[in-house]
Amino acid sequence: MAETIIFQSKPARPAPNRTEGLLPWIKLNLFGTWQSALSTVIIGALLVLYVPQFLNWAIFTSTTSTNADACRAAGVGACWGAVVEKYRLIIFGRYPFDEQWRPLVATLIMLTMLVVSCIRYFWSKWLVLGWTVTLAAYFILMYGSLFGYLDVFGLSKVTTDRWGGLPLTIMLSTLSIMLAFPLAVVVALGRRSHLPAIRSLCTVYVELIRGVPLISVLFMASFMFPLFMPQGVTIDTLLRVLVGITLFAAAYMAEVVRGGLQSLPKGQTEAAASIGLSYWQTQRKIILPQALATVIPGIMNNFISIFKDTSLVTIVSLYELTGSHGLAFNSDADWRPFKLEGYLFIVAIYFVFCFAMSRYSLWIEAQVNKSKLR
Amino acid sequence: MSTGTDNIIVFDKVNKWYGNSFHVLRDIDLQVRRGERIVICGPSGSGKSTLIRCINRLEEHQEGRLIVDGTELTDDVKAIDRIRKDVGMVFQQFNLFPHLTVLENLTLSPMYVGKIPKKEAEERAMTQLKRVRIAEQAEKYPLQLSGGQQQRVAIARALCLTPKIMLFDEPTSALDPEMIKEVLDVMVELANQGITMICVTHEMGFAKAVADRVIFMDQGQIVEQNTPHEFFNNPKTDRSKDFLSKILGH
Ligand SMILES: Nc1ncnc2c1ncn2[C@@H]1O[C@H](COP(=O)(O)OP(=O)(O)OP(=O)(O)O)[C@@H](O)[C@H]1O
Ligand SMILES: [Mg+2]
Repeated sequence: MAETIIFQSKPARPAPNRTEGLLPWIKLNLFGTWQSALSTVIIGALLVLYVPQFLNWAIFTSTTSTNADACRAAGVGACWGAVVEKYRLIIFGRYPFDEQWRPLVATLIMLTMLVVSCIRYFWSKWLVLGWTVTLAAYFILMYGSLFGYLDVFGLSKVTTDRWGGLPLTIMLSTLSIMLAFPLAVVVALGRRSHLPAIRSLCTVYVELIRGVPLISVLFMASFMFPLFMPQGVTIDTLLRVLVGITLFAAAYMAEVVRGGLQSLPKGQTEAAASIGLSYWQTQRKIILPQALATVIPGIMNNFISIFKDTSLVTIVSLYELTGSHGLAFNSDADWRPFKLEGYLFIVAIYFVFCFAMSRYSLWIEAQVNKSKLR
Repeated sequence: MSTGTDNIIVFDKVNKWYGNSFHVLRDIDLQVRRGERIVICGPSGSGKSTLIRCINRLEEHQEGRLIVDGTELTDDVKAIDRIRKDVGMVFQQFNLFPHLTVLENLTLSPMYVGKIPKKEAEERAMTQLKRVRIAEQAEKYPLQLSGGQQQRVAIARALCLTPKIMLFDEPTSALDPEMIKEVLDVMVELANQGITMICVTHEMGFAKAVADRVIFMDQGQIVEQNTPHEFFNNPKTDRSKDFLSKILGH
């Protein structure tokens, strides 16, 4: 007769040591190995040395006095008064002082529309209409009319060479991103086309643009291009620069998008073909949604670059944020010594925008990856 | 458009090369009757996939004529579109669209190719999902399903265009053994409903159960074709004898 086996449950044991919490985290991450302990000590020492010094300069001994002489007094640290004195010039550039409510309103409208476009709830065809209205409003407010039409608001005319500062930075980045992205997608698809002519055209475009720095593209757009135009025909510098940035950014973005296209298995295209989808239906419904989802970080990288690269338009005399900082300080002997404070001010502005973009990128990645749950 | 015969697929001396040098299909002659169920087998690399992929023009042939449901396959895009509506295909790797739900995978083609309203497309999709016994998974994403379930979804997707011909390219080769049967059961049911079916497979049980004809390929040629009974019990060529002894494990 077989013996009966009696089941005995194992006694409960305490859980292993916690690895969460501050102390375990410090132990694991900052002093895990002797190398990391060493670098923790070195970096810690540098922080102890310099952070107080910086805080002392930036906060404790700083002044907000708008008197340049008070700033020059011995023992005074940062002179934030320089920013107080110059912020209108830094933010709005050479736009006529009394009319600066116009770029303010125009930019607020554009920023609102940007935020709205980022929210899933609003993703619909209405966005196209929203953007058309926004851009029209922007140009009417900034220029006084829309290409000379719609001159009914009684606004004085402000030509584009007077535009500047943050409104210009935001408008240039927004428009070049909105134009460069679709162009990049088309070029990326073109580089994989079955038609040799289209393929070579796209390849040549990408390689040409990648072979030159943005500065020279801008120079070409603003100084050389007019030489080839017939007498009497002029195209606004701002427009030419916008086209230059767009073409430049699109070439880089196209390569990122192509990377995404490359990462999809061939079976996806074949399956789409086998159920009768046309080329464009396949790209729109099957290939692009997947390809773009995989390259969101890279594309957001491009967007952030574009935002910062707009600062180069200064060299063709468009005074966007960085340029108007120069306007504010370079020709003013009283305040020139306090340029650094001005720089920190625009650094803060750039950072806020770039950081917002990178956080948004993380969010949208999470949204898109919801369908990849296993 | 009229066929004149009841052959739904006709290969007439079809030749195909990959690149300049690799002659993958050699003088293929083949007639498939309406409603016929054909199993294609043969060693790896013999051109089985290439042969059936020519039927819906995933591959193009360079010589000879290939006529599907009365339409000759040429560079004419319209003709290709028309044929693809009539030919469903099931792949070894399923090739479902991972970013779409099961239901969306199925409604895509009826909506955008068949131009039928969404609601109707969804009804049709649910009918097909019930047919492959997987209706309860409609809202899931493909990667949340098992391999066998994914392949059944792929079959349902192909059926949503109400094709006249179904092509299967080793539909069970990527599946774990315990899932093969659920897919084969669906295929057997389909075979018994009168659709024209061409299936590349090494599932000899399936061939014996449903095939009207077994075609044996080697090195880009059709070496032998016969009823399953004759082919398995009485192979005529040394190649097929050799092949059968390998896959039947004698
Ligand atoms: N796109 C291609 N370019 C070049 N050669 C190819 C291509 N596709 C397939 N081949 C080659 O053509 C031959 C036939 O391929 P095919 O896929 O039709 O074989 P098969 O009989 O389906 O084999 P398997 O059982 O392995 O699937 C193989 O030698 C393969 O390497
Ligand atoms: Mg194959």
